[in-house]
Amino acid sequence: MIRATLVATSDPSAQIGEMTPRAHVFVALAAVGVLVFIVRLVRRHGLRTKYSLLWISVGVALATLAVFPDLLTIVSELLGIYYPPATLLLLAVGFLFLVVVHFSWELSRSEERIRVLAEELALLRERTERGGATVGGSEDGPAPPAADH
Amino acid sequence: MNAKDLVIIPAFNESETLPDVLSELRQVLPGIDVVVVDDGSSDGTGRAVGEQPGVRVLRLPFNLGIGSALRTGFRYAVDEGYQRAVQLDADGQHDPTEIPRLLEALDGADFVIGTRFGSGGSTYEVGHTRRGAMRVLRLALRMLSGRRFSDTSSGFRAFDRPVLEYFALNYPSEYMESVEVLLQATYEGFRIAEVPVRMNARAGGRPSTLRLGLAYHYVRVLVTLFVRASRRRPDRPDPSTGDGGAT
Repeated sequence: MIRATLVATSDPSAQIGEMTPRAHVFVALAAVGVLVFIVRLVRRHGLRTKYSLLWISVGVALATLAVFPDLLTIVSELLGIYYPPATLLLLAVGFLFLVVVHFSWELSRSEERIRVLAEELALLRERTERGGATVGGSEDGPAPPAADH
Repeated sequence: MNAKDLVIIPAFNESETLPDVLSELRQVLPGIDVVVVDDGSSDGTGRAVGEQPGVRVLRLPFNLGIGSALRTGFRYAVDEGYQRAVQLDADGQHDPTEIPRLLEALDGADFVIGTRFGSGGSTYEVGHTRRGAMRVLRLALRMLSGRRFSDTSSGFRAFDRPVLEYFALNYPSEYMESVEVLLQATYEGFRIAEVPVRMNARAGGRPSTLRLGLAYHYVRVLVTLFVRASRRRPDRPDPSTGDGGAT
């Protein structure tokens, strides 16, 4: 009942599962917003390419949905989901879950690397303060390049 | 290469007690080398050591926790060629006169734990909550390792060269690493021995665990233990028996 009334108030001709023109415009705007936001992050704040690619593809996916709203209906039917917006939510939650788990893993790895670096630093600092007994020395390293003339 | 022994003292904000610990150590064992790992202290723990012959200070740039501090100490021991090392707390609860007994026990073991609940008699008191939690941990450890440890959290330990080399790379950095590492050392096939030692009440500094987060921390340790157990490689030869037999 509620679903029906909601759709009815926004556009009487729309059926359940179809996007109203207003929703169309909204999704398109959101897609453009995501793309602009990510490009700004990359340019100004040095977001790494791998993450920018991730979020840009989200923007592209949104834009695709805005242009071909039938896609969502088709996918919903394939998955056996009666209410297409639920498909969108399901996919979004699943995607975000994977991203966050991935970040937890990456954070753990970064933390461990920082840890090892700090440990190395403490060892090296003590060694250099002591007089660099074991650092450098008289090993025959590469000779400095000869200056041409 | 280096026939001497090393005492590793991890220290986090222990400037009050560390100088006394070092001078006592100097009196009891004048010849022993010491490395203090200052775990990012903010109270000038590293400076409190000052310039002392035979004592070196490794300064971690920020606080990494005792696991990392120890790992740094083990790496130092390995790099400098020490054959044996003793881990000693900076808060004065470990009695340096017990160090020779720990080192002697290394003749028949790779990894020696100075236990405070042994028959050697102890004046150390622990609270009720802590005692209960430690009992649960001991039970879990016994299930997973298949052997009994009477004091799982003692930080008064001695190691031989193979253990030092292994820990230099693999010492865990999770909370309460002292428990996890027992499981790890058991799985690696190292011979672990326990020696009852006398311990003092904490001479200063703060207890490492706040009661507030105690339950959470113990759950964390339990999870860590089970994770460690699940990572166990099934067919690892046992270096102590030499025939690869499982125990």
